[in-house]
Amino acid sequence: MQFTSFSFILFAALTLIVYYLVPRRSQWKVLLLFSLFFYAFAGAEYLFFILYTWFVTFLTGHILQHFADREDAYVEENRATLSKEERKAYRAKEKKKRRRILTVGLVLGFGMLAVLKYTAFAVGNINGILSAFDAKTLTVPSLLLPLGISFYTFQSMGYLIDVYRKKVRAEKNPAKLMLFVTFFPQLLQGPISRFGDLQEQLMGQHAFDGETVRAGLFRVVWGYFKKLIVADTAMIGIKTLIEQSDKFDGIYVFLLILLYSAQIYGDFTGGIDITIGLSEAMGIRLAENFNRPFSSRSTKEYWNRWHITMGTWFTDYVFYPLSVSRGMQKITFGATKRLGRGFGMRLPVYTATIATWFFTGLWHGAGWNFIVWGLLNCLVILVSRECEPLYRRFYKKFPSLSDSRIWHAWQATRTFLLMGLIRSLDCYRDVPKTFRLWGSMLTKWNVGELFTGGLTSFGLGIPEWCVILGGIAVINLFDRLGRETPVHRRAAKRPVMWFATVCALLVLILIFGAYGIGYDASQFIYQQF
Amino acid sequence: MKKTLILCTCILLVTVLCLGFVQMLVTPKYMTDTLDGALIGEYYREKTPHDVVFIGDCEVYECFTPPTLWQEYGITSYVRGSAQQLIWQSYYLMEETLKRENPKAVVFNVLSIKYGEPQNEAYNRMTLDGMKWSGSKLRSIYASKTEEESVISYVFPLLRYHSRWSDLTKEDWKYLFHRDTVSHNGYLMQTGVKPKTSNIPGRPLVDYTLPEIGFEYLEKMRLLCEENGTELILIKAPTNDWKYYWYDEWDAQITAWANEKGVDYYNFIPLAAEIGLDWSTDTYDGGVHLNVFGAEKLTSYFGKILAEKYGISDRRGDVELDTVWADKVAIYQKERNGETQ
Repeated sequence: MQFTSFSFILFAALTLIVYYLVPRRSQWKVLLLFSLFFYAFAGAEYLFFILYTWFVTFLTGHILQHFADREDAYVEENRATLSKEERKAYRAKEKKKRRRILTVGLVLGFGMLAVLKYTAFAVGNINGILSAFDAKTLTVPSLLLPLGISFYTFQSMGYLIDVYRKKVRAEKNPAKLMLFVTFFPQLLQGPISRFGDLQEQLMGQHAFDGETVRAGLFRVVWGYFKKLIVADTAMIGIKTLIEQSDKFDGIYVFLLILLYSAQIYGDFTGGIDITIGLSEAMGIRLAENFNRPFSSRSTKEYWNRWHITMGTWFTDYVFYPLSVSRGMQKITFGATKRLGRGFGMRLPVYTATIATWFFTGLWHGAGWNFIVWGLLNCLVILVSRECEPLYRRFYKKFPSLSDSRIWHAWQATRTFLLMGLIRSLDCYRDVPKTFRLWGSMLTKWNVGELFTGGLTSFGLGIPEWCVILGGIAVINLFDRLGRETPVHRRAAKRPVMWFATVCALLVLILIFGAYGIGYDASQFIYQQF
Repeated sequence: MKKTLILCTCILLVTVLCLGFVQMLVTPKYMTDTLDGALIGEYYREKTPHDVVFIGDCEVYECFTPPTLWQEYGITSYVRGSAQQLIWQSYYLMEETLKRENPKAVVFNVLSIKYGEPQNEAYNRMTLDGMKWSGSKLRSIYASKTEEESVISYVFPLLRYHSRWSDLTKEDWKYLFHRDTVSHNGYLMQTGVKPKTSNIPGRPLVDYTLPEIGFEYLEKMRLLCEENGTELILIKAPTNDWKYYWYDEWDAQITAWANEKGVDYYNFIPLAAEIGLDWSTDTYDGGVHLNVFGAEKLTSYFGKILAEKYGISDRRGDVELDTVWADKVAIYQKERNGETQ
């Protein structure tokens, strides 16, 4: 059930109505039933995989909690008799046990994701090596890839790590945990929520509140505006630019970078707006995933503002554990001794950063383009880090620049273009070809060609360009209006204004949106991850 | 609260009006191009009842001319034909027609029985968009829609045609609030001549069995007509181009069904000479369809059968009908003589 399908709109409306009609104590049960139906609607076979993840998560979480409780109880009971060292030693021993249990859970959870998503990629690469030696190649398996598997696996494994770290208590009720894993608005493209943030809200009781519902619905409509007006209209041209990349090189690669930035922003933030809006209409506040990323002045800042929940997931569960792990500490110590403090200090950070970005790339897709995309982001971040003393000296020499709006605009433009350039790896999905096309921008920079028919030569006519640019202007306007209080919350306080704006947005979507027969770009890009 | 309610009602009204206006604007008008799309809707403008109603695909609306039937036999008729009209669409059109009037005979062209499943969205639209809302239309939509179509886009055509906002033509503005009549009681006149030059038979098929669903709908048609005291007559138009070939094996299956059920079936293909059809002058597209000269010959031939065998009486002399049909015949003649476009 695509978010952009009529069936989803009907389904969401029905969910909302039933949710507020049933007794409040049963609201979470309604959500669970609708979530399971939503997932089964995509294919009953998918249900098996998500239920497997839930089962592994529940069982592992339950065992982890059992061991944690036993540990705490023992320490509590023997507080008087045990010395501090003995308590520490006991806790360390118990932690080791829990780590083993966690490892089993993670292997089982991530294992399914690895098998289903990465087997074909791994076999393809092995075959590449085998064929280089003229050896017999392996058959590339064709495995089913369940919808939203990356999202619900990461969310569930995050929960297990949190239980292991004693940040949250394991959920006793298997049905409630099932709702956390399957909650349908966020199932397909996130945000990747934390159990600690969501538990109370998902299982809690929510009275109907007009303002909350209005705010949520406004955001849903706004999401559709971004998706159908900007993203899917831009997709018409992007598809041609990608499919006929041999013809559309040089300046068209630059155009693709701009157009794809608008497309992915509309697509992903639009989808997240629908998710968060629908949840908000039910009184459930999900974590924000974006914070005006295109105004970021550095790559690091950009990644703090774009796909925030994924970034924090990798930071909390990959970067930090890796950089402070005992093994890493040993290596750091050795490196500091042999190669100096500077190197020793950098080693854990760099290793963890590279690993984090490698996995971030891999999370986005089983392909070298995604891995290279991740590593290039990593390279930019590390180079920026290395250049920091240089920046400091520069700002010391030109102090007025640090507060200059023009300088900020330049930094934002530079970051936007750099991120767009790296992101184009996702478009062409072929690393050497992407590099070649980047090169063509240096040799075929013919801007004049765009204005002598070029702009309308790849499926976008003048009307479509007007729709895209108009849509971007509206997004920008709403963005500015909502800097202090988001527009959907401001509008919700004034029912007439709210209704007028929603109606206006709906009229624009219904007339100018890219939907229905003739458009096949409706699938949200992040659903593929 | 009251003020909020009034304001919101006004906003809603403006929104609905705005969307309604845009829907009317972007919905195809079929007035200057692809006239076939306008045929189904024209039926509702009829003020007098019909003795005979023809139902079926393009072979029907290019083969029978109601003005000729009136002029020669005093039989009032209407052709409820549309391009690639599928058998279930014909059935639901028949159901709708029989709810609105009580013709003595319904004539159905059997070529569409070869299709066992929904075919093409564009043709679906040409048949279904023109129908007035009724249970028959809804059932027809459900039976006809292809995988990519949604029922809601038939309820609100804006959802289907919204992308035309950037392709609007003068025709869309001119026919925003009204439509011209493009047919002659459902007959779409073609005056051109393009002789048939070859007699290529259709490609051999692996399996000549007609889809079961076709016979199910034929049976439903039979029962429906029986219920309404209307004679069901099956025909196969005389055209037999290789692209839309009528195989002998298919004909045998229809004949067997008709014999079993006691329904009359006329295959005009072998009767072309008897009808007087001349393939060098009586077709406008090389033998795929008849032109007006061929259609008049066939109408004349079939009119005789309708009058003599089915006893459909001559209604000339009825003052109201005479007036209505005199106008229709005049417009028909004018177009036939090339005096109008």
